[in-house]
Amino acid sequence: MSGTVEVAVAPSMPEHALWRALRRTGARIGLLIAAVFLLLTVAAPWVAPYDPYDQDLSSALSPPSAEHLFGADQYGRDVLSRVIYGTRTALIAIVVADGLALMVGGSLGLVAGFAGGAVDTAVMRLVDVLLAFPYLLLALIIVAALGPSLTNSILAIGIIYTPQYARLMRGQVLAVQGADFVWAARSVGAAPLRVMLRHVLPNSLSPVLVMATLQAGAVVVETAGLSFLGLGAQPPSPDWGALLADGHSYFLTAWWIATFPGLAIFLVVLGFNLVGDALRDQLDPRRRTG
Amino acid sequence: MAQYIVQRLLQLVIVLLGVSMVVFVAMHLLPGDVALLLLGDHATADALVRLRAQLGLDQPVWVQYLRFLAEAAHGDFGTSLQTNHAALDDVLVAFPVTLQLTLASLAIASCVGVPLGVLTAVWNGTRFDTAMMTLTLFGVSMPIFWFGLMLLILFAAVLGWVPTGGLMPVGMEPPRVTGMSVVDSVLTGDPAMMWQAVHYLLLPAFTLATIPLALITRITRAEVMAAAGFDHVRTARAKGLGERRVVLRHVLRNAAIPIVTVIGLQLGLLLSGAVLTETIFSLPGLGRLMVDSILSRDYPVVQAGALFIAALFVLVNLVVDLSYAFLDPRIARP
Repeated sequence: MSGTVEVAVAPSMPEHALWRALRRTGARIGLLIAAVFLLLTVAAPWVAPYDPYDQDLSSALSPPSAEHLFGADQYGRDVLSRVIYGTRTALIAIVVADGLALMVGGSLGLVAGFAGGAVDTAVMRLVDVLLAFPYLLLALIIVAALGPSLTNSILAIGIIYTPQYARLMRGQVLAVQGADFVWAARSVGAAPLRVMLRHVLPNSLSPVLVMATLQAGAVVVETAGLSFLGLGAQPPSPDWGALLADGHSYFLTAWWIATFPGLAIFLVVLGFNLVGDALRDQLDPRRRTG
Repeated sequence: MAQYIVQRLLQLVIVLLGVSMVVFVAMHLLPGDVALLLLGDHATADALVRLRAQLGLDQPVWVQYLRFLAEAAHGDFGTSLQTNHAALDDVLVAFPVTLQLTLASLAIASCVGVPLGVLTAVWNGTRFDTAMMTLTLFGVSMPIFWFGLMLLILFAAVLGWVPTGGLMPVGMEPPRVTGMSVVDSVLTGDPAMMWQAVHYLLLPAFTLATIPLALITRITRAEVMAAAGFDHVRTARAKGLGERRVVLRHVLRNAAIPIVTVIGLQLGLLLSGAVLTETIFSLPGLGRLMVDSILSRDYPVVQAGALFIAALFVLVNLVVDLSYAFLDPRIARP
């Protein structure tokens, strides 16, 4: 199943795991990519050579040149500027969709695992049903119901990742719950809510956070995919998926329109995968190398 | 084992009911009035009331759901608003295109991925291994709709080696038997037609195979390396067996079960990827049908397609699970 991430059931992330993970070249490259990506979302207005919406029909479909480094699209808009502004949509998608899935899925998993019984059964049946759909199909159904738009496509991606977080978090909670320190907290009379939030949650969180890092890239790909299909960001907004759809229309004559936004998606995904992989390896003693 | 199968089948029914509920609820969240959508803005109030009654929209929601279930069980999802065909018929016409694409990709991914995984495991730590692992990391990070476009630009637009899209050259379509262009071409016995069918399938199948190929390579490598540490492998070596024989007969056989499972589980990924691949290569498959139906608000087809794909996906996962239990009897034990 796509998108499922293999994360070991492990105790909380030691403080230095992050730093150890960063000893690897791959992780450093990944972090560098992520940093540049974040920087561009903020600095877009100063870095982009043109306004991403500015049409200049005299340079329509002009190939990469000194004037337009990444060429121009069918309306003469600067592809480089549109790619740079596209980082913003991508970041919104990561924060909203991945964040939504993490919080809703994480909470569901936490409560299900902690409460057990009927609550657990109900939540896990819902998770099973949602996981029964191929992930993009579920996104398509949700977009069909809500109507095609960037907001709805991001929401749809958030929903399709929710069950995976719920499942992972529940597994973590079940593993942590039997630990001595949880029994100790209970036996000194800590209220269940306090045990759940202060003792179980912090110790179940790190694999879930690693998953969030790994999913960040996937979220970018899938939001772009929905936009590419015409179900997400609508023209003229500078979205990588929508840019690729433009590139698809002109692939016989203007290769640059599709090439550069796709390269941007690829690099961002690669960056998050490199960081996520390194973190996962640090958490999983069987995989630890350094 | 029998008990396990019964248990899994019961779960299947529950999951399918849940799936039907999700699809039903999604279609009822739709903004606007379905009757108005069907009849258009100029419909009289009287006609709207009659159509609502005819569609059962004036009934309570749970009655509507039960009716939807009963009709779905008979394969009745209403008629397509675009083609006026029965919605399920449109889905069944498009399905073989997706099936052919998916199977071809799975074949490419397994036939290349498994040997590549074994080689990287045997030669782990060498430059070959590092290069391949980097390539597979690129493979899983690649948005396939971009990769497909790049292949299209290079091989179709620039080099002109392959067609830019479609299933067959115009005017050369084989008579429809299975709906799969390659199978139908083979049935005609015409070599030129067979060649065209394969030629048209190459690029889309390779595009869709990218991510599963990378994943299968990685899993095979990991499993082979794990299986190589087992005692019986050491014994086999101690007996003086050749390295090739040790790997093929003793290591690979133990690594086979997880590898087969992973290959089976690629189906969800492939079905999702097929939507994008079909769009890039203008293939009239199920994914493309779904997207077009959503864009043109052809909800009977969306509903039929969604339930069909979900049911198929659940069934395949069940078959994968059962075959897993069959290969490794420990799984079915309570």
